[in-house]
Amino acid sequence: MLLSVEDLHVSVEGKELLKGISLSMEYGEIVAIMGHNASGKTTLALTLAGFPQYQVSRGKILFEGEDVTSKSIDERARMGMALAFQSPPAIRGIKLGHMISLSAGMNPWQPKPGDDPDLPKKILSKVNLEPEKYLDREVNVGFSGGERKRSELAQIFAMRPKLMILDEPDSGVDIDSLKVLGNSLQEYFRTEKCSMMIITHHRHILQYLKPSRMHILSGGKIAITGSYEELMPKIEELGYERLIKEASRE
Amino acid sequence: MSDEWRKKYRLEALQAVTKRSAFGNDIDLSDFVTIPKGGANLDETVKRRSLEVGVDLEGKKGGTYFQVDHSVLLSQLASRIKGVEMMPTDEALNKYDWLRSYYWKALSVTQDKYTAIAELRQTKGYFIRSAPNEKVEQPIQTCLYIGTEGVLQAPHNIIIAEEGSELNVITGCTVDSRAKTVAHVGVSEFYVKKNATLIFTMIHSWSDEAYVRPRTGVIVEEGGTFISNYVMIKPVRDIQSYPTAHLVGKDAKAKFNSIIYASKDSIIDLGNRIYLMAEGTSGESIFKVVSTGTSKVYNRGQIIGQNRNTKGHLECRGMILCPTSSITAIPELVAEHSDTELSHEAAIGRLQEEQLHYLMARGIQPEQAIGVLVKGFLDPGLPGLPERLQEEIRSKLALLERKSSPQEPC
Repeated sequence: MLLSVEDLHVSVEGKELLKGISLSMEYGEIVAIMGHNASGKTTLALTLAGFPQYQVSRGKILFEGEDVTSKSIDERARMGMALAFQSPPAIRGIKLGHMISLSAGMNPWQPKPGDDPDLPKKILSKVNLEPEKYLDREVNVGFSGGERKRSELAQIFAMRPKLMILDEPDSGVDIDSLKVLGNSLQEYFRTEKCSMMIITHHRHILQYLKPSRMHILSGGKIAITGSYEELMPKIEELGYERLIKEASRE
Repeated sequence: MSDEWRKKYRLEALQAVTKRSAFGNDIDLSDFVTIPKGGANLDETVKRRSLEVGVDLEGKKGGTYFQVDHSVLLSQLASRIKGVEMMPTDEALNKYDWLRSYYWKALSVTQDKYTAIAELRQTKGYFIRSAPNEKVEQPIQTCLYIGTEGVLQAPHNIIIAEEGSELNVITGCTVDSRAKTVAHVGVSEFYVKKNATLIFTMIHSWSDEAYVRPRTGVIVEEGGTFISNYVMIKPVRDIQSYPTAHLVGKDAKAKFNSIIYASKDSIIDLGNRIYLMAEGTSGESIFKVVSTGTSKVYNRGQIIGQNRNTKGHLECRGMILCPTSSITAIPELVAEHSDTELSHEAAIGRLQEEQLHYLMARGIQPEQAIGVLVKGFLDPGLPGLPERLQEEIRSKLALLERKSSPQEPC
């Protein structure tokens, strides 16, 4: 098993946001996490990635069988967990090309023998960002919504992770960008067989990735688990609230 | 130099040898010597240290002036460099009588004890002049190197960019690893003539026990542009400098960019003053600093608007990495005319945790991530700064992130 989350309780500044989440993921599996705003989706993503403000008060996170609950953000990343941020910060003075090299574990200012200097170029092409235009752009500075999401993918592709945690890769992007993002992820999954946890509000991105399982979060808990084919039409028809109500009645 | 004409400066200087500087700690320079002990030479250590301040003694750059302690070891121009001359200041004063009318004109010999000492205990310095209308593309590099323990280096430099010319000078000041407690009181006078441009990039790399009091005056004539780029990323015991630009001609411009990494227990008191004297003149000072250790940084800035249609802007951006360090911004805007537009902006804060976590989420260890962010914060990236100089400065900043361990504990 790649990831196992057991009875996870998480608080931020004393307020409990996740109230006992348990889930697991196999190698090469795609899982979708859905739910209305403030249901705990991003909290789950940032807790898995190890952000220190998300305090785990109970439960644990196992990655490849190892308990990573108290490991730092960078340790988890180097173990193979990569987070694509929902709203990544802009960083002045750091070029996107350098950021991609750094994500790949290289030092762009002091390359080692064997480092591929063209890696940032190749990866930018994979997410349809023209290298000539984007290599020297400062990370996320003045980027549109779609550009930010693609820059996120470029960085986590460079990490060659075992698990991608994609926090709303489709929010705030136009239809063209969505296509690019969907195709890039699809292609990456096809070639690398990397597991993906996709957090989203919409079905659009899932049409490209077809998750094997979906979890619907509500109030910091998993309210419903099911297959994509079974749950997606119901979400579209009833919306989260009614679906969850009906499920709880059943 | 024992010339008659200089007597008056010496007499004036004698009156000011105890005059405290308006800013900074008072440094007792009496124990420092200006008599060289032995011959200096260009060994490998000297070459390596020089390279750290951007001066390549083996390279094929345009021209090189190299002074160790009080000896000028190198003062040569590549033969293909046209339209520029360079030589030690004392030689130039012997060669050109007219140069006397520039001596101590951009600043006063009686400004404080340091200008006075620089006159009384002068140790060479360089003279660089670009001929009228010559665009000197290759940068001229100069290096003031202190190689002996206990030395006071007191050069007097004069740069003249003649009418319509363009000149680009890179100066490195550094200390040999074999010398520790040293002092430097360099005087620099810059004259930018009508429609000329002088870009002066200075890279300081001192020792933990270096006392530094440079004194600089700049005069910019009509349509002239003076750009100063200043970089210091190594620790220093105590530095205080306050270069002053006088924009005397219509539409003259001055711009000061400073990039400082303050570490250990350095005391750093730096700033600029710009007099917008003539109509249409403009001045800008941008100061970027990162502080660590127990360093104390003061950024002073003053812009004085004295004529119509003048503009000035001061900016200080500080990042405090260690709570035991401090940054103080002291901006002063003085409007002495109703048609002057002056502004200042200061933002000092800690490293943004959000950015640090973002880099860590890419698998970058926190120490390296801090180095990358600090470099990004200090990166010159300024419009108008030639790419070659940006690269020169970036290569210095790269030193900050090559270390895999933290720069220093707080």
